[in-house]
Amino acid sequence: MRKKEPFFWFTLACGLFILAYILLPLIELMTSPSIPDLWQTIQDKDVVRSIRLSVYTAGSAALISFLFGTPLAYLLARQDFRGKKFLEAVIDLPIVIPHPVVGIAILSVAGRNHWIGQVLGEMGIRVMGSVTGIIAVLTFVGIPFYIHSAKNGFEAVSPRLEKVSRSLGASMISTFLRITFPLAWRSMLIGIIMCSARAISEFGAVVVVAYHPMTAPVLLYERFEGYGLKYSQPVAVWLVMVCLILFFLLRILALRKVKET
Amino acid sequence: MIRIENLNIRLLQFHLRDINLAVEENEFFMLMGPTGAGKTVLLEAIAGLIHADRGKIFIRGKEVTALPSEKREVGIVYQDQALFPHLSVLENIRYGLHFHRTGREEGKQRLGRLTGLLGIDHLLSRLPVNLSGGEKQRVALARALIVQPHVLLLDEPLSAIDPVFKEEIRNALKAVHHNSMTTFLMVTHDFGEALALADRGAVIYDGVIEQVGAIHDIFQRPASIAVAEFVGMKNLFEAIFQDGSALIRGCRVLLDREPGIGHRHVAIRPEDVTLTRGSMSPNRGNTLPGVVSAVAGQGFTYEVHVRTGELTFKALVTKKSLFDLGLREGLEVFIFFDPASVHTF
Repeated sequence: MRKKEPFFWFTLACGLFILAYILLPLIELMTSPSIPDLWQTIQDKDVVRSIRLSVYTAGSAALISFLFGTPLAYLLARQDFRGKKFLEAVIDLPIVIPHPVVGIAILSVAGRNHWIGQVLGEMGIRVMGSVTGIIAVLTFVGIPFYIHSAKNGFEAVSPRLEKVSRSLGASMISTFLRITFPLAWRSMLIGIIMCSARAISEFGAVVVVAYHPMTAPVLLYERFEGYGLKYSQPVAVWLVMVCLILFFLLRILALRKVKET
Repeated sequence: MIRIENLNIRLLQFHLRDINLAVEENEFFMLMGPTGAGKTVLLEAIAGLIHADRGKIFIRGKEVTALPSEKREVGIVYQDQALFPHLSVLENIRYGLHFHRTGREEGKQRLGRLTGLLGIDHLLSRLPVNLSGGEKQRVALARALIVQPHVLLLDEPLSAIDPVFKEEIRNALKAVHHNSMTTFLMVTHDFGEALALADRGAVIYDGVIEQVGAIHDIFQRPASIAVAEFVGMKNLFEAIFQDGSALIRGCRVLLDREPGIGHRHVAIRPEDVTLTRGSMSPNRGNTLPGVVSAVAGQGFTYEVHVRTGELTFKALVTKKSLFDLGLREGLEVFIFFDPASVHTF
């Protein structure tokens, strides 16, 4: 084998360091609780309830992003209009805003001191300390990820395919269902997963809007604060497992997509 | 068949102005012009894919200006074929049948006829990604024609094809046109393709139609400088006309007919200019003495520039005559061209 240059060994060393930096804490976390501990934790009603709530609220946020974000993503991919760059910047804003600020911002609109909050209150919709509130902030932080991915998917479908489809007699809707969607669904699904993954890990915004009912990250924090590291670890392991499922789905889809193109 | 009246389309950096055009039933009509002249915009306007700001479009006597693309019965074939990548060749071709409520038997018949005519029977189960450029183009043709549109629009269908396969696609185009009731309207920037395929055509330049007519007429008798340049009239001069001849900066050129009123230019095709070493009979046609100023190879032919007085004439010669005459820069030669080949406009 040819002798490698020093630069190669330098890059390799950096790579190994980062690998260890990411994996070591996670492996340590995953292996420290005993199996009986894990078993006991998963029978703890609070833990199960919080994980279920996390999955439910993150899934709802992804569904809302899908419903409202898909038409917008399609518009951004297909049309050029004045103010498009501005609109794109606005969509990206939630990514850079500090998480607790998101919670406070949502509350300042949905709280009792704002007319929107008053209207919502009269309709019987409560944001503070409710599942609705959690879904609201999770959608806020998650939707940019969905729109980005869906938009990229739509952009990869040549407008000419849609034009040809129209010229062959297909309506706009038929064209979307038969041509655009089959070619872009993978990107849309990747967007949904990224949106859910982002939402499920949210702590800062959620804890401002709703300490109770408790999502998994909030419960984790409470266990850590109240009982210490040892008691929070098993909960953390279960939360990581949920996230890993999403992660693997994402990798499988993303790799398939690369293979197809 | 297709009639376009005062069509105006304004896009961001482009303006299609007052387009008037009539294409006959079952004609093979060629829309020509350099890249960026507005050919594709006009095509997509006919297909209903671009909205017209002003003007009307009629197809088979019916106004379609306000109709969406799917209601116009206008097929389109793009340069990049635009086959649906997730569907097999068969599914691609059959795509439009579903929306036209074509009967199963009828659909099968049309499919068989088209795939036979285009020689793509053996490709039906493949995916587009596994086809060559020429195969893709034939599939795109079949897909557009199976729904029997009134009009088939072809956007530079030959320009993305390997030169080796161009002939094959040209023949396929001729064959399907001959075998269908569809009117073909094709866009090209290549005048050679127009000569090979179409009978009539129009030249569009910078968003305006410059000339409409028989291809041969456009080729021999361009009506404007833009068209003359586009069809390869390399010898293009401003002239003053008197007594049946043209004065080009002091150089007298004989004509075989009176120039039309308002004519101010003469044009001579470089193929019509011949070069000789000795003088020809001075009574026959236009013979001018000159000096070779440049020789440029163009593949199989050479373009020779000859300076005579203040003018430079361009002649197209074969490799053989280049060597026979020993043409090189600085050589004194005579140029000759028939008065009949001098076009005025």
